[in-house]
Amino acid sequence: MIRAEGLTKQFGAFTAIADVSFEVARGEIVGFLGPNGAGKSTTMRILAGVFPPTSGRATVAGYDVVADARRARSVVGYFPERVSIYTDMTVRGYLAYVAEMKDLPRAESRRQCDAVMQSCAVAHMQHRLIGTLSKGYRQRVGIAQALLGSPRVLILDEPTSGLDPEQVAEMRTLIRGLHGERTVILSTHILSEVEATCDRVIIINKGRVLAVDTPRNLNQRLRQTSEIHLEVIGPEAAITTRLQKIPGVLRIDPADPALHPSDGATALRISTVKDRDLRADIAAAVTVGGWGLRELRPLTLSLEDIFLTMVANPGGSSAPPPAVNAPAPDESLHHLSA
Amino acid sequence: MRLLPMKAFIICRRELRSYFGSFIAYALLAVFLLLSGYFFYSDLIYFILFGGYVLPTGLWQFVFLDMRLCTMLVLPLVTMRLFAEEKKLGTIELLWTYPISDGAIVMGKFLAAWVFFLIMLLPTMINPLIFYQFYQFDLGPLASAYLGIFLLGSAFIACGLFVSSLTENQVVSAMVTYGILVFFWFVTWNEEVADQQIVRALLRLSLFDRFFNFSRGVIDTRDVVFFGLFTALFLFLTLQSLGARAWRGVN
Repeated sequence: MIRAEGLTKQFGAFTAIADVSFEVARGEIVGFLGPNGAGKSTTMRILAGVFPPTSGRATVAGYDVVADARRARSVVGYFPERVSIYTDMTVRGYLAYVAEMKDLPRAESRRQCDAVMQSCAVAHMQHRLIGTLSKGYRQRVGIAQALLGSPRVLILDEPTSGLDPEQVAEMRTLIRGLHGERTVILSTHILSEVEATCDRVIIINKGRVLAVDTPRNLNQRLRQTSEIHLEVIGPEAAITTRLQKIPGVLRIDPADPALHPSDGATALRISTVKDRDLRADIAAAVTVGGWGLRELRPLTLSLEDIFLTMVANPGGSSAPPPAVNAPAPDESLHHLSA
Repeated sequence: MRLLPMKAFIICRRELRSYFGSFIAYALLAVFLLLSGYFFYSDLIYFILFGGYVLPTGLWQFVFLDMRLCTMLVLPLVTMRLFAEEKKLGTIELLWTYPISDGAIVMGKFLAAWVFFLIMLLPTMINPLIFYQFYQFDLGPLASAYLGIFLLGSAFIACGLFVSSLTENQVVSAMVTYGILVFFWFVTWNEEVADQQIVRALLRLSLFDRFFNFSRGVIDTRDVVFFGLFTALFLFLTLQSLGARAWRGVN
């Protein structure tokens, strides 16, 4: 549905993106992940038809975004990073104007305006001036305008930035709801967002694509070892010696300082052979030694770890990332400032 | 592409709604009408007291040279927001993702300012119409003068539209437009400073010297063509300025 081939965009001497290639299949939701200034917006603007690439080629639903701009634009709904809507129009007036821009016939325009206002929950604000709406509502109107005309492709540039956690959750539900019927590319620098909404991730940094894969595969690919967090009441040296005898244990390090208990109990990070669960063996060893087992759990890589690894080490996966706890489920706003 | 794509009308209608939804449009209209009305009054008094018998050179010329000033004062304030505001708000980016050509965007904006200018001009016709009730004068020279001010206004609008596409600051947009227009006015004022050849060339370029003929009831095809070319040139430059996003980016 979307195909980018060797997209390069230069602004004067500055190269915003270089040789960006990827494909998005019909019905997929793909996350564009990267720090600010990585080239996400530039790529999306090219796809949406804002400006042409310096070199390379992009097609949307088979239409070339430059040579066949008009048709390509008519199958794309775009939500810009800077939500910018005419502040002196009412919500309904604005959407009717956009519908006209997108060549919707009058009756169809009415029906679709009602429908998108419904799905973006702005119907009760339809007669308000956009300038008087809160940021969250403006954002929704922005999404509504992208949805108008039932475009087959949606390009959403940071659709959840600037929203409060509740609105973020609503927006994600809305985007998830498009799954299957629309092809969606959304960009974000919030990592948990990609994990929550996307089928695949495109990681981009400094204008180059570092990886394109599912969040799960990325996790698999980057992990060399399995890691376990262990908290025991007892002498560290003796425990370490005992655990090292377990087959499959590769190395034992003191746990991450953040995970150290304050009461002086021993906390360890145990690296084991990949894909083998040694928790039972470890628990047994601790019990046999007569120490008090307090905590034993696997450490998983979050997308954030993966991302940091990729950005720091684009070549691949030679060094294991620092073991960090997987984010707790309620930690939905995981910001990565770059 | 058709000469005037339908999408241009959608743009034009939105712009006009925007004009008349804000206080600025009414303020500009009021100032323009008050000034041009006052000038008509004082020029008529002058004509009655000292003017003689020839209306075109005695009255219309002065009325329209004064109206020219009002137009120059007001039109840059009309055009300043056309692109600058969209750039400032960022709304122009979305416009570029809809199925509409840059040409239609430029035409739509130009058309909106044009219609606004027509709305400004129409009430000024009341003054000569009232005068006509008392004295049945020849309407030809008056029509010529109106054609002239309309063409002059078109040139101003095209120039203002172009400058507006260069900046996102409306004040800068208006000031630079004033700068260009005043330059085209003063360029022939002091004929002593320049070589006669240069002055002759500059005279051909001066918008205001071209307008002078119209205001006295003389329609010269060359003048009409000049205003047309001037307008077309600035519309073309506006189009280029919008296209510059390809290498300059959006922001």
